[in-house]
Amino acid sequence: MFGYTLRRIIYTLPVLLGVSVVCFALVHISPGDPLISILPADASIELQERMLVLYGFDRSYPEQFILWLGRALQGDLGTSIATGRPVTTEVMRAVANTLMLASVATVIGFVLGCFFGFVAGYFSNSPMDKAASAAAVFGVSVPHYWLGMVLVIIFSAQLGWLPASGAGPGGSSQWKFDMEHLSYMVLPAITMSVIPMGIIARTVRALVAEILAQEFVIGLRARGLSEFGVFVHVVKNAAPTALAVMGVQLGYLLGGSILIETVFSWPGTGMLLNSAIFQRDLPLLQGTILVLALFFVVLNLIVDVMQSALDPRIKR
Amino acid sequence: MVPSKRTSIAALLASSFLTLPVSAVAQDKILRIGMTAADIPRTLGQPDQGFEGNRFTGMTIYDSLTAWDLSKEDEASVVIPSLATSWEVNPEDTTKWTFVLRDDVTFHDGSPFNAEAVVWNVQKVLDEDAPHFDASQVGVTASRMPTLRSARVIDEFTVELTTSQPDSFLPINLTNLFMASPTHWQAKFEETGDAEAAWAAFAADPSGSGPFRVTAFSPRERLEMVPNENYWDPERTSTLDGVVLVPLPEANARTAALLSGQVDWIEAPAPDALAQIEARGFTIYSNPQPHVWPWQLSFAEDSPWLDRRVRHAANLCFDREELSILLGGYMGIPKGTVDPSHPWWGNPSFDIRYDLEEAQSLMTEAGFSADNPLRVKVQTSASGSGQMQPIPMNEYLQQALRECYFDVELDVIEWNTLFTNWRRGAMDESANGAHAINVTFATMDPFFAMVRFTSTQTFPPVSNNWGHFGNDEFDALIETARTTFDDDARDDALAALHARIVEEAPFVWVAHDAGPRAMSTRVTGVVQPRSWFIDIAPMGME
Repeated sequence: MFGYTLRRIIYTLPVLLGVSVVCFALVHISPGDPLISILPADASIELQERMLVLYGFDRSYPEQFILWLGRALQGDLGTSIATGRPVTTEVMRAVANTLMLASVATVIGFVLGCFFGFVAGYFSNSPMDKAASAAAVFGVSVPHYWLGMVLVIIFSAQLGWLPASGAGPGGSSQWKFDMEHLSYMVLPAITMSVIPMGIIARTVRALVAEILAQEFVIGLRARGLSEFGVFVHVVKNAAPTALAVMGVQLGYLLGGSILIETVFSWPGTGMLLNSAIFQRDLPLLQGTILVLALFFVVLNLIVDVMQSALDPRIKR
Repeated sequence: MVPSKRTSIAALLASSFLTLPVSAVAQDKILRIGMTAADIPRTLGQPDQGFEGNRFTGMTIYDSLTAWDLSKEDEASVVIPSLATSWEVNPEDTTKWTFVLRDDVTFHDGSPFNAEAVVWNVQKVLDEDAPHFDASQVGVTASRMPTLRSARVIDEFTVELTTSQPDSFLPINLTNLFMASPTHWQAKFEETGDAEAAWAAFAADPSGSGPFRVTAFSPRERLEMVPNENYWDPERTSTLDGVVLVPLPEANARTAALLSGQVDWIEAPAPDALAQIEARGFTIYSNPQPHVWPWQLSFAEDSPWLDRRVRHAANLCFDREELSILLGGYMGIPKGTVDPSHPWWGNPSFDIRYDLEEAQSLMTEAGFSADNPLRVKVQTSASGSGQMQPIPMNEYLQQALRECYFDVELDVIEWNTLFTNWRRGAMDESANGAHAINVTFATMDPFFAMVRFTSTQTFPPVSNNWGHFGNDEFDALIETARTTFDDDARDDALAALHARIVEEAPFVWVAHDAGPRAMSTRVTGVVQPRSWFIDIAPMGME
């Protein structure tokens, strides 16, 4: 197990280097002025040139990349051009907020997805299957930007039951796990959970239907195992794949849904990316993408290791 | 029926859960504002996020030497004394100005405001050798006071400012230089040992001399302020318990936050929700802003706009009242770059109005007809700061101008790209053959309102004279305005310049933004001036 884990960690190193190159290249080759957030369009040419020098954008791309990577390896992702705040602090604060929201959304999505998936798989081609599958298709298909707005209109603007936006009355820095603060999470978490719910439900339905059709299930029943006992075997067989899907979905959600976080003004990575893109804040954009990519790689690593723990055949 | 214990707990949880927003709307006097910005504008003295930044973290936390008069809603906002009580240019050398300062001002940290503080604040953006020089504040400041070069202490409350050339616009420019506390910054520097870190610490715990001081700051989420009880101007000493700024960049999210009682005031509500907002008892304030939504025309060799009859025809050919209906009524009808109540108006002989017959007649004289339309291409964006609703507005123009034999092609590009192209000019490849560009602009300052669009010294890439409009006559008018140091005489010179601009029509003037904002009726003392800014200090809450 240790050897397998070590091998998987070593495999991630070239991936991380590739990610850092792509991340740097993507933000630099896109058109536009890197100082647009702090330099109005009417700034003089002298001022523009002076600012390029002051921010180091007059250097060659390889030189800029090496400097950036060297600092990043020491945990310094630079300073945001627009805000002057350290990128590492900005990103880690946003990641913590998104992690909190994404975890809740993933749990909701996983529980509901598994429920709908098992119901649909166990009662394949019945009206219950059709109803559960319809819920899954709705989850995958509904534009969550639209769903978020509809929920806000109903539960915040019309009924006044839940807050429309933000991360608590004093902001995320004063977050507490009490009812007042959790109420701010209800609508964004539900909105965010519909896609993983749909995907997990569809995956689990297919898995359950496939497992139930296998001969070992007939064998289990022939030996007189109770239906609950059969169910446990089905769950154990479906778990590694469902877990892998959940891991990938959590990875996607950690990237923060730009649209959901913007609709709900949730101060996570999605909103941070949105702001960095619109302000063309290159250090913030690079830092956020890099950290999210790292999370994705690490999450996949964890899922791989967990899968191999659940199903030792994978190690081979 | 007696409820069970479980039912009672559930009911208690449900009631506490569901009534949260209502309890959040406590009857305190804390004014909560939903801004359009995606982040709290910078708090270290020179805000980013354009004029919204100046509005919410500039003029609230800080003061400047001169300020805008925001106390009137029916007159143009003009520059008035603030930390400087008077100023005059040196008649021997008109690049030198003397400013006399107030002697009763202290910063929030208790340190005194004086001439040394002014010099320090000039150095923070202009003197690269100063220990507190901050590159991140240079861009937004230096471009708004392009000729200021240095400052010198004359005595404790008198300071001399020097410009690179004679420039009568300096007192107007100085509304953009906010005075931060040198003593407070020095304390941060001694704590951190590094200028950049000191500025970051200063931003988290700022100290200015403005009517509000910061008590809590959560980046990208909220900024909390309380009134500065020692403020030097009793009329602007706030009676509120506090002000909270919340960034809400999405229009529907802002609207929902207002309707659900999370905030008391939102900037730029969603246009299609205005009726609902009013129906729910909120008040919508608006007033035409010093802002122009134009087509800036090309004067390149092959441009169809070289004929003045064509330029006048385009200005006469569409009904701005009708366009205003499209925008829910929240649009100012332009008569030029500034309106007739403004000191720079100048009474031009060309009257911008809707006169279809006259427009058609001009186009016929110029040689065009329904069978022989004039093809024009306009570069615009699908969105962008100050652009209002560019696609519906441009499509309206496209349709209306067809009546006057214009065949308009729209070239829609991304906002930041359009903004960059604006600086490159109509003769650059980036114009993609366009004969006009649709970039909106602010008109608070004469340089930004008029000079940069009409001087031969501001042809691209130097500044934003995208269309290469200008000649000796305009250069002379600009020179006169820049070197006339009596305020009234300078305004007269600017009025002469404005009149000629309207007469020559290097723009199609389409709209002024009316800047709607929606507020709870609990907010009192609101004056919506004809300005990008609004003064929070005199406001109260019931």
